[in-house]
Amino acid sequence: MGAIGEFLHSIPVDLLIIQTVNGIVTGMILALVASGLTLIFGIMDVVNFAHGELFMLGAYMGVIAFAMTGNFWLALVLAALIIGIFGAALQILTLRPLIGRDPLNTILATFGVSLVLQNYALWQFGPVARKISAPMSAEFTLFYLQYPWYRIVIALLSGAIIGGLWLFLKFNRFGVWIRATTQDRVMAQAMGIPVPLVYTGVFALGAAMAAASGVLFAPFGGVDSSMGLQWVLEAFIVVVVGGMGNLGGSVVAAIFISLLEAYAAVWLNPSQAVIVSFVVLILTLLFRPTGLFAVPK
Amino acid sequence: MRVDASRDQSSPANGRGAASPPLLKTELLSVKFGGLAALSQVNFELAQNEVRAVIGPNGAGKSTFFNCLTGVLRPTGGRITFNGEEITGLRSNLISQKGIARSYQITNILPNATALENVRIAAQSRRHAWNMVSHHGGFADINARAESALQSVGLLAKANELAANLSHGEQRNLEIGIALATEPKLLCLDEPTAGMSAAETNETKELIRRIAKNLTILIVEHDMEVVMELCDRITVLHYGQILAEGTPEEIQANPRVLEVYLKT
Amino acid sequence: MSDAANSAEPLVRVEGVHTYYGKSHILHGVSLTVGAGEVVGLLGRNGVGKSTTLKSIMGLVRPTQGAVTLNGQAITGLPPHKLARLGVGYVPEDRRIFRLLTVMENLRTGLDRQGVTEEKRKTLLDKVFAYFPVLAERRGQAGGTLSGGEQQMLAIARAIMLEPKIILLDEPTEGLMPRMVSQIGHIIEALHKEGISILLVEQNVPLTLQASQRVYIMEKGNVRHHCAASELDVHDAVIKQYLGV
Repeated sequence: MGAIGEFLHSIPVDLLIIQTVNGIVTGMILALVASGLTLIFGIMDVVNFAHGELFMLGAYMGVIAFAMTGNFWLALVLAALIIGIFGAALQILTLRPLIGRDPLNTILATFGVSLVLQNYALWQFGPVARKISAPMSAEFTLFYLQYPWYRIVIALLSGAIIGGLWLFLKFNRFGVWIRATTQDRVMAQAMGIPVPLVYTGVFALGAAMAAASGVLFAPFGGVDSSMGLQWVLEAFIVVVVGGMGNLGGSVVAAIFISLLEAYAAVWLNPSQAVIVSFVVLILTLLFRPTGLFAVPK
Repeated sequence: MRVDASRDQSSPANGRGAASPPLLKTELLSVKFGGLAALSQVNFELAQNEVRAVIGPNGAGKSTFFNCLTGVLRPTGGRITFNGEEITGLRSNLISQKGIARSYQITNILPNATALENVRIAAQSRRHAWNMVSHHGGFADINARAESALQSVGLLAKANELAANLSHGEQRNLEIGIALATEPKLLCLDEPTAGMSAAETNETKELIRRIAKNLTILIVEHDMEVVMELCDRITVLHYGQILAEGTPEEIQANPRVLEVYLKT
Repeated sequence: MSDAANSAEPLVRVEGVHTYYGKSHILHGVSLTVGAGEVVGLLGRNGVGKSTTLKSIMGLVRPTQGAVTLNGQAITGLPPHKLARLGVGYVPEDRRIFRLLTVMENLRTGLDRQGVTEEKRKTLLDKVFAYFPVLAERRGQAGGTLSGGEQQMLAIARAIMLEPKIILLDEPTEGLMPRMVSQIGHIIEALHKEGISILLVEQNVPLTLQASQRVYIMEKGNVRHHCAASELDVHDAVIKQYLGV
């Protein structure tokens, strides 16, 4: 009894609440990155290893656009637009020629692209990390911390973007095209849907979302050429745990994993807390390999 | 209405399969997928050395029947007896060991291995080799068996040719050779002439005629010429049940069978 | 055979088409025509290449030899989405409706095209719901929850949304109950009255002979017989030879 009482006493409730908020914020950014990834995989079976670099380049574009315009929100929109177009060009040049071939080819191609982009960024921007200042500096008191409002705004904004994506897929005519193509690419073509164009469009959309996440994350993490690496790894885990191609699943999985990591960070140090996501991945693959929330087709 | 044409076991068809017990027998064999009965209480007997075709329109249950016999699918009811032993629900590798071999509708060969290697892997399955040291080509008896199988399907001359380089007809015949290399008692052929030209079909027909001398063969086929010319007897399936059984002449003369095929 | 079929260039012409699936040589030089406003039947046993012929026209497989033309214009090997836009509708053997989309969304995949006015949309939807009232009832339901017969209707309705000049119909009555089979027969008749051509692949001989003006019979990748449907009877020797046992 005494030991349990002692343990219960030692649980830092205030720290847990702080970590819950942190977990949700990180989870929402991760969800935004992962949604792009799962959308791309779901529709064209492409495992986009360059996704983290699109995130990173988005952040850099954000830095540049912010320097030119001085407005964070404008920089966000511009970065998403530019990287969206870049993503489309990338897909047309490197992935379209590979359609229909062994999926290993696309994995190698996107992996190659990721290497090129990382080194390009290093060469172009140098090794010193850049920063974008947050669009607002207001804070509120959360227990003993001054918690930036900006973080809450990021979570809400990511949620809004994902919500917008969901509505787009459900009601918009191009959204119907995307869903039809994801389910049956051949019949979608037979209905006049220009599938190669849809593929490019989805890739561009995924890239834009990754870029937006990069800009949103930049104020608290800094921008450097390798920032994509840690995010893309977590994003892949989220996509597998949530079910590949399952948008809702990846949002839930992203928050779930981020929360678990945030709680683990209370007792472990942050680099060890990452182990949590791998444990979840392994358990998912063992017991529910199609994803915790996969919809049977 | 079920037309039960001569299934009299004591008078063998074409002088084969004299009053010995059937090699293969199914009793009340059933397969249900949810609410759908793919096979419904099928009672089927196959005599030793018989060449039998299983035909029927789309969805009749031919593949399901084959899949039950070869251990790919577990029946939901009934029994299968082979060579006096019950084999219902056994996994396919065990069924292969018991002496039932199968060739597939979609060619299943290893494209990056030679014809001989393809067949040798099958021949190897009959011998448990714990020998981890010798080269796989070093076993004389396995090699001999593999070569003999290739010879039976007319591919001995192409033994060292990569399977991917063989023509479609040769690949389908290699498929049969692989099955033969396991020295089966019962050979199940799933649409052996699918996708073949008239010339290739003829060759395969002759091949099957040759190997039928020492084997019991069960064929699913859509090419009626092949079926009528090769088979001793034919079983017609429809909606998972046996509609008719008999010699090719009897089946051709059966109005109910024609009705079912033409949907009249 | 009708003069109309011989005089003008037919709507669809397939000329000497060879198609392979990998190494498997399925079509060995298939030639056939479908005239404007004609229903043409394509009969044959399993595995002879009927579906492959439709797929070769629709661009789902690419012929290695031969040509396919639409109104005289070469369409061989064009991608399927271009063919759909040129007015070729395709209803595959396994229906292949979008199971996770609703009935209405399935129809929208054909309806959401360039140049379709609000009025035209309404006309097309009304027409299709008149043909298939059960689809109107179930318009908000997911495609995968429909019965086999309803899915077949949806597949045909979806193709009608494209306002096609010709519909390639692959075994529409397979697996359907007799009542639904006759309903399909009526739909084909109604479409024919509207002037839509149909290339009907079937194994149901009476239905095909009744619905078609001309009939081709295939065997082992070739057309073996061709005549007016009125010249054939289900009990003829040629039917028995190519379709019976």
